[in-house]
Order: sequence, then C-alpha cells, then structure tokens
Amino acid sequence: MGRLTRRTVLAAIPGAMSLAALPAYSKKKYDTGASDSEIRIGHTNPYSGPASTYGVIGKTEAAFFNMINEQGGINGRKIRFISYDDAYSPPKTVEQVRKLVESDGVLLLFNMLGTPTNTAIHKYVNQKKIPHLFIASGATKWGDPKNFAWSMGWQPNYQSEGQIYAAYIMQNYPNAKIAVLYQNDDYGKDYVKGLKDGLGDKARSMVVSEAPYETTDPTVDSQIVTLKASGADLFFNVTTPKFAAQAIKKLAEIGWKPVHILNSVSNSVGGVLKAAGLENAKDILSAHYLKDPTDPAWKDDAGYKQWSAFMDAHFPDGDRTSSFTVYGYTVAQALASVLQRCGGDLTRDNVMKQAASIKDLELPMLLPGIKANTSPTDYFPLSQLRMQRFTGERWKLFGPIITGAVQS
Amino acid sequence: MELFVHQVLAGLATGAIYALMALAVVMIYQAIGHLNFAQGEMAMVSTFIAWQVIQWGQPYWVAFTAAIVLSFLGGVAIERVLFRPLHNAPALSSLVAFIALFGILNSLAGFIWDFDIKTFPTPFGSKPLFGESLIGTHQAGMIGVTVAMLALLYLFFRGTRLGLAMRAAAANPESARLVGIRVGWMRALGWGMAAAVGAVAGMLIAPVVFLEPNMMLGVLMYGFAGAVLGGLTSPGGAVLGGFAVGVIENLVGAFIPYVGRELKLTIALLLIVAVLMVRPSGVFGRQIVTRV
Amino acid sequence: MTFPARAVTAVAVVAALPAPLLVSSFVTFQLTLVMVYGLAILGLNLLTGFNGQFSLGHGAFYGLGAYAAAVLIDRWEVPYFCTLPVAGALCFAVGFLFGMPALRLQGIYLALATFALAAAMPQILKFSPLEPLTGGVQGIVIAKPDPPLWLPLDADQWLYYFTLAVLLLMCAGAANLVRSRTGRAIMAIRDDPIAAAAMGINTALYKTLTFGVSALYTGVAGALGAIAVQFVAPDSFTFLLSISLLVGLVIGGVGSIPGSLVGGAFVLFVPNVAEAVSTGLAGAIYGAIMLLVIFVMPTGAAGFARIALARLATARHNRVKS
Repeated sequence: MGRLTRRTVLAAIPGAMSLAALPAYSKKKYDTGASDSEIRIGHTNPYSGPASTYGVIGKTEAAFFNMINEQGGINGRKIRFISYDDAYSPPKTVEQVRKLVESDGVLLLFNMLGTPTNTAIHKYVNQKKIPHLFIASGATKWGDPKNFAWSMGWQPNYQSEGQIYAAYIMQNYPNAKIAVLYQNDDYGKDYVKGLKDGLGDKARSMVVSEAPYETTDPTVDSQIVTLKASGADLFFNVTTPKFAAQAIKKLAEIGWKPVHILNSVSNSVGGVLKAAGLENAKDILSAHYLKDPTDPAWKDDAGYKQWSAFMDAHFPDGDRTSSFTVYGYTVAQALASVLQRCGGDLTRDNVMKQAASIKDLELPMLLPGIKANTSPTDYFPLSQLRMQRFTGERWKLFGPIITGAVQS
Repeated sequence: MELFVHQVLAGLATGAIYALMALAVVMIYQAIGHLNFAQGEMAMVSTFIAWQVIQWGQPYWVAFTAAIVLSFLGGVAIERVLFRPLHNAPALSSLVAFIALFGILNSLAGFIWDFDIKTFPTPFGSKPLFGESLIGTHQAGMIGVTVAMLALLYLFFRGTRLGLAMRAAAANPESARLVGIRVGWMRALGWGMAAAVGAVAGMLIAPVVFLEPNMMLGVLMYGFAGAVLGGLTSPGGAVLGGFAVGVIENLVGAFIPYVGRELKLTIALLLIVAVLMVRPSGVFGRQIVTRV
Repeated sequence: MTFPARAVTAVAVVAALPAPLLVSSFVTFQLTLVMVYGLAILGLNLLTGFNGQFSLGHGAFYGLGAYAAAVLIDRWEVPYFCTLPVAGALCFAVGFLFGMPALRLQGIYLALATFALAAAMPQILKFSPLEPLTGGVQGIVIAKPDPPLWLPLDADQWLYYFTLAVLLLMCAGAANLVRSRTGRAIMAIRDDPIAAAAMGINTALYKTLTFGVSALYTGVAGALGAIAVQFVAPDSFTFLLSISLLVGLVIGGVGSIPGSLVGGAFVLFVPNVAEAVSTGLAGAIYGAIMLLVIFVMPTGAAGFARIALARLATARHNRVKS
C-alpha cells in the first residue's frame, strides 16, 4: 500500500469508514480468527495480582478497538478484542493462550505483557505459527526472527536503554561511582546487563554497589541506605512505578543527591514523579520514546489532542497522567496499521509479513522523529530513544535521537 | 559502624510498619482464635475510604476519624454476617473464608479506585528527625502511635469490665456464657477493634509505601512474621517482633556477604523459624498447655 | 470404601477414560491440569487432612518437584517419566527434613512457618549462584513429551492418560496407606496426639514420615505440572499457589481422597468462570463463590456428600421401618 506517512495514519485510523465504503479489493483469504465481518485478536494482561498496575494497558487497548469499531472497523471488519487475565502467572498464561488459540480461535496474539509469561508460550505460538505481535516486554529475546519467526517485540529493549545510559555516563561522568537499585527479575536484570555491557571493562570498577528488591518488599528504604553508604555519586534506578516513587522520596529524605538515572518504565510525571514530590525529582535523567501526557509542551500538539480526544470519548475513567494509557494507545494504533495493510488477505502469513515490513511508521504519541521500523531481520519496531532531564515541572528532551545498539 | 546504625534506624522505621500490622493481627487472633489473612486488605480499604473522604474536600482528621469509625462498624458487620455462621466450622474452613474476603476486598478496591499509586498525607510531616538521620518525623510518629495504641489496648483489656468480658469470651466461651457475657457480641467487638487498629495501621503505612490496592501484600507477610516471632498471644511481643523483623532484615541485607542482598527475605524468615524452634510459641508467647 | 464411594469412583474412572477423545485439545489440557492440582491437593490432604499438621507452604514442594523435572529434562536429557520418581524422592527427603523441626511447632505456628517457606521459594529460585541450574529469572522451557509411536494419540491426549495413570496409582497408594495400620496411626495422631502417644505410637516418626510422603505426592504433581505446562519460572510458584492448594483442599473436603480432585477442579475452573462473569471484579466473584461454597458446605464437597448420603440412608431406614 506504499509508504505510510503520519498524515495517512492520522487520516486512516479515524477515518476508516471511508475505506470501508470501498468494495473489498483483492482476493479474500482467511485463517482462523478472520472473516468478512470480524478479526479476532487475543490478549493477556495481569488484571489481578501483584502486577495489576499494568492492567490499564489492556483496558486502554479495549477502548481503542471499541473506537475503531464505532468508526466502521478495519477494512469493514469489526475487531473482537479478547483479553484474559493471567495474573502474571506463567502457567495461567499458558492456559489462557491455549484457550485463545484453540477455543476462541483468534487470528493473532497482541501485546501480551511480561517476560516469563510470554516465555512460557514462546515455543507454542511459534510451533502453531500464530503471529505473536508487539510483546509488552523489553526483553531482547523477542527480536529473534531466525529462531522464532512469529514472535515480535515492540518497545526499545531494556538492554539497549541500559547501554544508552552507559554511553551517556562514559561521556559525561567517566569517573562516576555507580550504585544500582533493581527489581530482582528479568526486567531488572536486563537493564543492569545493558548498563554493564555498555560500560565494558570499566563496569567492574564503576559499579560499586548493587541492591536488588522483590515486588513483595513493602519499601526499598533499606536498599537505599546501603547504596548511599557505598559512597556512590551516580544512582541507576531500575524500578517499577511504585518503588520508583518510594526511592525518589527516600533519596530526598536522607539528603542524598547523586546523579540520578531513572528507567523509562517509571518516568511518568503524573504516575510517579508527582507522588514522589516534584521538587525531589528535579534533575533526574531518563530516556523515552513516548510523549508524556502531562507535559504542557504538547498542549497544542496534534498527536496529543488526538489521544486526549480518544481518552475523553472512549476511556474517560482512564488515568490521563499515566504513561500506560499512552503506551496502550500507541501500540494498538500500530496493530491497526498492520491489519489495515493486510487488506483482504487475513492469513497469519500475511499478518506476519505486514508486521515485518513496517516502514517509518509515525504515530501520534511517539516523540517527533521517532518512527517504527521492522524488516524480516529486524523484529524491534521501536529502537529509538531520546534522553530527557526533569526540570522540576516537566521533562526536557535533550540530545539527538539515539538508536539502541542491541538488535536482533 | 555508621552503616550499622543507619540500617538499624531504617529497620526500626520499616519495623514500625510491621509492628502496627502485627498488633492488628494479634488482636484479632486473641478475639477469635483465627489468623485473619484479610487484615491487610481491610486496612487497605480503610485507608482508601479515608483517601476518598479527603478527595471530597474534608480535612485529614475528619477522614481519619471517619475511616476508623467505618472500619469498626465494618469489622463488626463482617463478623456478624460472614463469620458467625462459620463459627462451628473447622478452622480450615474459616481460613478459606478469610482468603475469600482477601480476594473480594482486593478486587473491589482495584475496581473502585484503580491500581495507580496515590499519595496519602501524614499528620507528622516528613522532615528528617535529628537532622540528616534516617528517621523522619513520620517514622517517629508511627513508632509513637504504635506504642500509644499498645498502651491504650493494654489499659482497655486489663482495666475495664468490657475488656475483661472480651478476654473471658475468648478464653472460655462456655463459661463466659454461663456468667451472662454475650459471647457473640464480644467477638464482634473484637473484630471491630481489630479493624479499627488495622485502619490506623493502613493510614500510617500509606504515606511511606503509597496507596494502591496491593500495598499491604508484603506488609501482611512481614506482619505475620513479626507476630509469630513475638508470640501470637502477646500484643507487646508482636510489636517487638515487628520491629525485630525490620531490623533483622535490614542487617541481613547489608551485612551478610554474597547471599545477604539476594536472600534477604529468605534468611530473615529462616531466622524466625529458628527462633521458633527454641521458643515454639514465640519469644513472648504463652506456652500452649494441653490438658490430658 | 463404602459401596456408594466405590461406585462413584468406578463411574468417575470410566468417564475419565474416553474424555480426551471426545473433547478438544485445550479441554484435555485443562483436565490434565485438574488432575495435577488434584494430586497436589491430595499430598496436602495427607498432611493436613489425615495427620492434622497445617501446611500453608505446599506450593514450595510443588515448585521443587517442578524444577527437579525441568532441570532433569532440560539439562541432563532424562526421559520425562523418569523424572517423577526423582522429583518424588527429592521432595520426600526435603519434606522429611522439614518435618523434623516442624515437630516442635503447633497449629498456627506451623502454618506460618510453612507459609514462610512458600514465601521464600521464589527468591531461592532466583538466587544467582544457582542460575546455571535453575535458569534464574528466565526459567526453563521443557519440550513436550511425544506419545509412543504405536499409539494413535496426540501429545495432549498422551499426557492426559499418563497423568491419569500416575494419579490412579498414587490415589490407590494413598487409599491403601489410609486403610492400613500406619494410616490409622497417622489419623490417631490427628485426632488426639497425646492419646496416640500414650498408646505407644511413635508420633515423631509418623509425623515426619507423613510430611515426607505428603511432600512426595505434591512434588510428583509439580513434576507432572511442569511437563504439562512445559515451562517453569520462579513466578509460577509464589505463595498464591500454596493458597490455591489450601482452598482446593477445603472445598474438596479435608480428609477425603476423591475430594482432592474436586478441589483441583474448583481452583482451575472457578477463576475462569469468575472472569467470564466480569473481568474487573473477577477476584471478588471468585471470593464470593468461595464463601458461598463454604457456607453451604463447611466440610467441603466430600463432607457434603457424606452428610447427604447419611440423610438418604436415614430416610430409607425410616421408610423401611414404617
């Protein structure tokens, strides 16, 4: 269908109706889950249990597909978004995915959340040749088209982001003593690996203290105390939102002001920094690829206004200060674009083909200049980030667009 | 040495959280003889109620009082409606009822108030006490409130007729009935009080850990650990146990080489189990005496 | 067993045999998991239901058995059916060792000590020095066992029958144990430990043995579970699993072998039912169903069945009399 520019996407998605009016061109081919009237999409998310904060992503996506349906669907077909709760438990994910594939007959799996949860079904979906698209996890293993041709990542992977921070540190603080707080699971460890890989030989001498925490820990205060005592002057904060807020607050309370790098998972102003205290978050560095909805700089931005209108009309209960709603919105748009380009050929092969040929896709809430790109050898649609510094009120972007180094 | 002092202080601060929870757990245990797995969720819902009242524009103390009163009534209601019918059921069935309550409260809270973190104000401010040290005014306030509550409860149970009646009802329901004590209502009262204590715990813990439906998961576990360490029959012991757990965990994490960082929780629990080997009813608990 | 119990069991086994050939692959998978959880709950039942020792930590043994199977299959290419005895033996040893200090603890304190074990399990599994063995936070992926070539079954069906065979074997073992002198001793310890000791029963030995056997059963269930799900990770074995096993135990009926399977079915299917009713309030609905079941059947499904049968018998008796 040719290159998709921002304009086409902005016009196409809200205006799918115009395309739906056209007669379905080219021959129609369907696999299970697609028909003349609907496309079934499978999804799992932790709607309950300790990871339930991420459940809002699924709810945003459901609202988005409702909107698409109201506007006539994609190429005239309604989207049936079937989303199940796996409570972040891999055995439950296996059960739910088998249900989606074998009982509900979905065409593809979309934006399933978590690394262990997706690992549990990784082999299964590739054996069954089900498109496993835009996995909501930053692990590097999702960009392996040679061995797992049906699984595709989405966001810049954690190791890349860690390496970007390492490069920044080497350039600006080459003699820093680094203390790391990280969540004791794949996500946390991936970031740390990225940082250490990026620092190379100097990692051993620069990283003076590492403190892991579990999600069942009530606070991370003890870890912060240990890290401060190590004498570090740079703090790498690899935490999920709740613990990030706790850490930032604790740092201020004990009067420790190191150079503070915060991972992109928890850099939401409304969701994290405000709770921690905006003054306490001043001068924190991070990187991101999405626009922060609470940043007044985007007030008149067309993309922001589109997202805002979507939230007002279709997800009024959604948290407008959380980056998760922006995340869900953006990735759902990417899927809509892929399905759009499939036209009438809704076979799983074609879905995968279209997903692996995204060229310079610009989406409303991506930072300007950041585009999604895939190819048969590159299964990371997003691999660009920009660094940003918190002014005490908002994130100020600086530096160029950096492309992550860890590719498939 | 400085790190040691800091870790102990930080441990006491976190321990205050565990101590509050342990107190609520032991109180209910004394009133009904069961361990309330839903105690954390009850405290969480109470805190959300307070938060909601604040959102509606009321000052902190109005919200605080409202939460305590509503929690008390809620506790009484839960006992009368849910647990009275189960009172003759085997202990395990009651346990499952608690688990069910846990699930219901957690799910309801998430449904009503969502899962993003919210700030909850503290009446004590968050300045550091003693200058740059690691005990803030809020943490000091928490410790103070815990001790005060302990004292109040002690006075209530030892010094008032109602307290005496409640102790009698828990110790020997049959005889208590024979002397005219309304055992059912004593139990309900115990639940109400435990719910109220839980509400205070929740409202003091939330400023530190941030308010969200899953905030009490870890706290409850550590609260149990503290209660067990101190002894389930001793409120004072449970409070001390809570503080001990906080300090032990911090010291393990900071000072045990190689494994301490990653196995903080494991080692802390191991130590508690080890203590139980020596004192099977907790450090301050009464030894269980079975008459043959 | 009494006649009605035997009849019901026979009917159940007969009904279970053709099931995978009649239902879809996915339902076969679910039924396999029901059997796995049922076996795990049976293990818990032996300890708590028949011996009166509370355990809130059986998820740890399940996880241990699962990891044992996973490591054996993935690292050392042991055939899957050989992993079951190894998992069982390992869990027996650990259970027995745990049972020894557990002798000192009573009731609630034992429950919380076992709960501590379950709570610490994920952390132990993620422990870095063990990573080459356990796969750390990444977990271990297991290949699905192939059915023997001479059987016209697919992998899911074969796994179902394999699990069914193991389950029947172990249920028979449990039933035998319960009926034997050892079983009577075990139950005597539950009913009145002091009287049992006074009668000359070596309570310490029997209690630790029961702990071991109970862990063995749950460990084998864990191994079967790992093979069925084809993946193990620390996040699969949190304390929530232990809680589920306990719920299944009570709902099915404490002290009832067939009840364990009812419990297994409950913890697998009812959460799905709750989710179907409302995604937002799934947990609340699950909890409400649990409460309802507990109110109506405080002694679990097996207890309810017993009471119902007793009432029927009394009614028949009264009719005959008059």
